[in-house]
Amino acid sequence: MMSVSVEFRRRGALEIADAVKLYDPDGARILAVDHCSLTIPAGEICMVVGPSGCGKTTLLNAIAGFHGLDSGAITLDGTILCGPSQRLAPIGSDRVVVFQNGALFPWKTNLENVAFGPIVQKRLNKKQAHEKAWRLMADAGLAGYEHKYPGELSSGLQRRVEIVRALINDPAVLLLDEPYRALDALSKSVMHEALLETYYRTGVTIFFITHDLEEAIFLGHRVVVMTSRPCRPKQIFEIDIPHPRDYGVLTSPRFRELAAEISAAVDEEAAKSFALGEKEG
Amino acid sequence: MMSLPGTLAMPSANPERQWHRFSPRVLLDPSARRAVIAVAAVCIFWQLGATSRGWLGFSLPVIGAIPAPDAVAAAWVKLIHDPGYWQSWEQSFLRVALGFAAATSVGVPFGLALATNSTFRGFAFPVFELLRPIPPLAWVPAAIIFWPTQELSIDFVIFLGGFYTMVLNVLGGAETIDARLIQAARSMGASRWNIFRRLILPGVLPSIGVGMEVAIGITWEVVVAAEMISGGGSGSATSSSGGLGFFIWNSYVGGSYPNIIVGMISIGIAGYLSSAVVRRCVARLTPWLRRPR
Amino acid sequence: MRLEKSGGATTIARPGEAFGWSALSDRSERRHRTVAASATSLLRLKGTALLDIMTSDPRLGRVSRDDVADTIHAIQISEPAQVPQRRGGSLTFALFQTGQWFKGPKPYLMLLGYALLLSFWYLSVEVLKLPRFAEMPGLTTVIQEWLSPNPAYGISIHTPVYYLHILVSLRRIAIAFIFATALGVPVGLLLGWSKTFKDYVFPIFEMIRPIPILAWVPLAIVMLPGSELPVLYLTFLASFFATALNTMLGVKSIDPVYVLAAKCLGASRWQVFRHVVVPGALPFIFTGLQISIGVAWFSLVAAEMVSGQFGLGYLINTSYTTVQYPTIIIAMITLGIVGYITSVAVRVAGDWLMGWRIRQLAMQERR
Repeated sequence: MMSVSVEFRRRGALEIADAVKLYDPDGARILAVDHCSLTIPAGEICMVVGPSGCGKTTLLNAIAGFHGLDSGAITLDGTILCGPSQRLAPIGSDRVVVFQNGALFPWKTNLENVAFGPIVQKRLNKKQAHEKAWRLMADAGLAGYEHKYPGELSSGLQRRVEIVRALINDPAVLLLDEPYRALDALSKSVMHEALLETYYRTGVTIFFITHDLEEAIFLGHRVVVMTSRPCRPKQIFEIDIPHPRDYGVLTSPRFRELAAEISAAVDEEAAKSFALGEKEG
Repeated sequence: MMSLPGTLAMPSANPERQWHRFSPRVLLDPSARRAVIAVAAVCIFWQLGATSRGWLGFSLPVIGAIPAPDAVAAAWVKLIHDPGYWQSWEQSFLRVALGFAAATSVGVPFGLALATNSTFRGFAFPVFELLRPIPPLAWVPAAIIFWPTQELSIDFVIFLGGFYTMVLNVLGGAETIDARLIQAARSMGASRWNIFRRLILPGVLPSIGVGMEVAIGITWEVVVAAEMISGGGSGSATSSSGGLGFFIWNSYVGGSYPNIIVGMISIGIAGYLSSAVVRRCVARLTPWLRRPR
Repeated sequence: MRLEKSGGATTIARPGEAFGWSALSDRSERRHRTVAASATSLLRLKGTALLDIMTSDPRLGRVSRDDVADTIHAIQISEPAQVPQRRGGSLTFALFQTGQWFKGPKPYLMLLGYALLLSFWYLSVEVLKLPRFAEMPGLTTVIQEWLSPNPAYGISIHTPVYYLHILVSLRRIAIAFIFATALGVPVGLLLGWSKTFKDYVFPIFEMIRPIPILAWVPLAIVMLPGSELPVLYLTFLASFFATALNTMLGVKSIDPVYVLAAKCLGASRWQVFRHVVVPGALPFIFTGLQISIGVAWFSLVAAEMVSGQFGLGYLINTSYTTVQYPTIIIAMITLGIVGYITSVAVRVAGDWLMGWRIRQLAMQERR
């Protein structure tokens, strides 16, 4: 049972075909991603879980263009981002990343941060960009924080501002690398609601890496469990709980079933990973 | 550590890279190649500029007055055989070692005392901060008046230079120790002495390391300056002269200009060697800071 | 509102802002003494009650929590703070802090320290007449000399030549420092940002840097005409190296994640440089400038002692050679004062330009 938003969403279909990525730090060749293939339809919230250091972030970085693939291809809406002829995808605002420890510019106010994208891409002039940013922040429930600096906000609020900063550019895909990892449980639940609310409004495709299984099941349309390094999809679970979701979902029996299944799959990989002594990815 | 100037290090060049420069694969690495090109360009420019009177007909400003590289090289070859030259090395090195050792052995305890005891800090730190803006060299005449020998007065000034740096770095390092660690220790019943020995001391070791690296550089600066001033500037070219700083001044006064540059380069090398030695010792002191690279 | 934490630090809350501890997780009591600087209404919420609801009935608890959050938010919004675009420190805050400072032990210990220093000096020279200190000018001699309208040794606050020396030194510092900053910051930025530039320039930089500044004196005298230029050159050189190096360090310390984020948002290389690298390096640049001004004074004094006319270093040297010892001390003290003022000026400029960092540090509550 797909959500309403997928139907009206035309862009943001990601296709990862047979991706391979090799790391070579100090001569120790490490295979991070091994023939990984994954298709994410437009407008889907795809949650990626897996043990630490298995290569999920590598995949995200390849999509974003922070580094290239050694073989395989990544396609967005039919256009090849990186492939045999071009190993490195261009970094662009169609695939914006929200980073784990936050990357709001501390020397700019929140408003200036949010308005950064359109100004820098010269799509809007400063006044228009500030107005649009103001509106979007208000929509996201962040009114009143416009002229503060990120350093004055709690981590949770910072993440929300960062997501608005990403979404103002109307990206095709939102790439989230464990953005809520450092937050306490209470803040996390607020973040989840905010993210879902934003998603229901914009329908952007979301590629979300997380360790938190409840977070994954609560937010996602699908949960992809990755193997330990080198990573490839081990098992894909359809979360057939209908959107829009609220917190009542957490106590539903279907949720508990899914949690048990996915947990088993992840634990198996986590044990392997632990035995190998993997460091944090 | 934004409020503590003097602590942010002036790190020397990466020693690993220096070795790489002498390996046969030099020309394969683009960075090394560019370095070689840059150095060669500077030498050529220097040679042309210094001899400009010969081939240009008039002497270029600034560059024209400098001794040419070939003259410098020739002078250096001669000096290598001169025992007086090596004595200057020895003299300067001794002063640096003494001043550095004194600065560290007084500065570290003083800094630790400031960091741990707030009463002591209350009355000692303002005095420290009051005296600090006075440059060490300004103390030279006062030191000469006070200390019985000129050598001691030079050593005192050299000590001052390193002392300020060490104290600032120790203080800065102590401030970065997470207060929660201390609270945790206290709640587990650790005595003040134990907290000091097991928490504060290891915690400031990195800063002591940084302080030492900065201090050795400052010590060289002061040594050279003091040697020049006491040997040259004050007009008394007597007793505790010697040392590379004095050598440079003497070369100038005596008119052998290529020796000036030889002296300058010698001090540069000496300073670099000292920094390398200090850095190695520091790495030994704080093995946990070694990057896995 | 003024808030006094148990550790002694003080924070301030402006109208519309929220403050306080999140003590939900461990239910421990925390106490703060708070003083309201203007008429304030207080809304008291019993946290334990809310926690009880949340544990017994999660759903109701969430609803209650949301209600509380909305209420607080509404109160805040209804009194929007008049927030100017760029906030520096406010005068009342500074005055308040000064007032608070006087209540603690700090100023009295400070006076004690100065008193100890001065009495040591006084006793050792004039009272006990220790042999080592035989030729040292005493505290009273120096002070009398300094303040006398007709000084025996020629320098006091009443003699214009005193101020001439100060101004000459200050002028040299200003010229050298400005040039060193104007050249050093761009060079440092480029060294940190462009690998090509660094490959060519850094080796030369690192080969010249170990040469102590004073070692340049004879060469500078030979190279540059006149007696003023060598002094300026030496001061400039020292300052330049410090600034350039710290700037480079600043660029290198910028978390690469900011560069990636900017690129993701569509910034070109130049825009990344302008919006991320330059502001990001500013804290380091200013620390570098503080070091740089200190180094500049160091070199200036040394240079003035060896060559050059007028200036405080020159004054010290000539006072020594002409056996006018009290003047030495006067000049040293003056140097200290002037050096300190310039240092503070640089730091204040930095703080003003980087208001965001002060607030960030305040949020992290450095003791």
